[in-house]
Amino acid sequence: MSAKVVTITSGKGGVGKTTATANLGVALAGLGHRVVCIDADIGLRNLDVVMGLENRIVYDLVDVVEGRCRLRQAMIKDKRLPELYLVPAAQTRDKTAVSPSDMIRLADEIRPEFDFILIDSPAGIERGFRNAIAPADVVLIVTNPEVSSVRDADRIIGLIEADEKGPGKLVINRVKPEMVQRGEMLSADDVIDILAIELIGIVPEDESVLVASNRGTPTVMDGGSLAGRAFNDIARRLLGEQVPLTLPEASLSWLQRFMRALFGSPNGRGG
Amino acid sequence: MAGTTDLSNRIAIKGLKDGLVVSLGAESTWAEVTEALMARIDAQAAFFQGGRVAVSVGDRLVRSAKLAALRSALSERGITLWAVIGTNPDTVEAARLLGLETSLQQIDEYRELEPIDTEVIGSEGVLVRQTLRSGGTVRHGGHVVVIGDVNPGAEIVAGGDVVVWGRLRGTVHAGAYGDERAVVCALELAPMQLRIAGHIAVSPPNDNRRRPAPEVASVRNGQIVANPWKTR
Repeated sequence: MSAKVVTITSGKGGVGKTTATANLGVALAGLGHRVVCIDADIGLRNLDVVMGLENRIVYDLVDVVEGRCRLRQAMIKDKRLPELYLVPAAQTRDKTAVSPSDMIRLADEIRPEFDFILIDSPAGIERGFRNAIAPADVVLIVTNPEVSSVRDADRIIGLIEADEKGPGKLVINRVKPEMVQRGEMLSADDVIDILAIELIGIVPEDESVLVASNRGTPTVMDGGSLAGRAFNDIARRLLGEQVPLTLPEASLSWLQRFMRALFGSPNGRGG
Repeated sequence: MAGTTDLSNRIAIKGLKDGLVVSLGAESTWAEVTEALMARIDAQAAFFQGGRVAVSVGDRLVRSAKLAALRSALSERGITLWAVIGTNPDTVEAARLLGLETSLQQIDEYRELEPIDTEVIGSEGVLVRQTLRSGGTVRHGGHVVVIGDVNPGAEIVAGGDVVVWGRLRGTVHAGAYGDERAVVCALELAPMQLRIAGHIAVSPPNDNRRRPAPEVASVRNGQIVANPWKTR
């Protein structure tokens, strides 16, 4: 059994890559899988903070690449979930400290012992992004329902296709159902219309995400939150389960719900 | 550090229609020739960036680990190693195991295709059979035909006409050398900006209720106009 390497990227910053990585890591580990999260955002590390593991960092990704420690020593074990690990990014260096082939080598080294390796990509399309996608088996593109982040996602999908990493799968994050309903926000259909790739999840805007990030307990851990449930669904879809894609409930009028009951989910189509 | 003349003796780079062929000198060691190649690439990074390279190794024996290392060194520089040409059967086998081509035969056959005789005189163009995403660019002196969408942020510049069998939402310039007879056709014509020769137009604010229909944009009386496509 060899781990599947899933890279989470977006092009634009601030759309929720790190939140998605942390929550998918927790969700997959919670479902009983062995998971390593790697923070590829060297120089601007965040994933450790969101996962609440910041105070336990001794070695980081650059230490591993430059041979100051073994990969195993840089892997921080989560206190709450037995099979969840984090490889933190270095804070004092920049993206050029690591090369795409380093990332491939590291991923290959731990593949046999894990089920999933999640890589949190930095924003942008330069070296850090190249590093993050180099070992990927699956690329998740996170976007928000607004024009500029969709534009960047489109660019990223083009680059991933050129790299023969497949078109990737789309996560639409921070959807506000009321705004979509009022026609003030792009709907999932509008986003898919442009990007034309497989949609793997819609995550509603949820204040609990921010609260959870600040506390260092990814929202999936609380269980109840809307966003947490959405990330859990994405994790199950990554595992190959058929989980129906549903819009967050508030966005559906009674007529839409009726139509959906009759004809199935309007967002179920792939790319 | 070896001098320039020394380096250029170790490798020779030749351009082919489908990419570059690098011939490695027979006298030098593998380490020397790869070092020379990387030095040459680093010196002209912009020229090599995004290119594909075939490496001709002569009769030397190269194991797959060395080929793999070469491939990743090239890929770090944004270059794809797609073929290894050699006469040593072990080298050829190693290249094949890595999924590399081992001859240039295929391109040669492709290049020898004879043009088809037609009764209609056509003009040159390029066919792009994929969706152009944001950041994607096609520039061609003749016509440009795209089978797929042209997304916002993508750009087409053509000396002649532009035909999009899909949704045109990016920026397009037809008749870029000043040909006012050039046209732009799309199944859904909603470009960010449309230029024909020296004229510029933008799409009207989009009306979601309108059903998209094929349209042709052309210059009439010094203005760009879009008309529904009608067969004559």
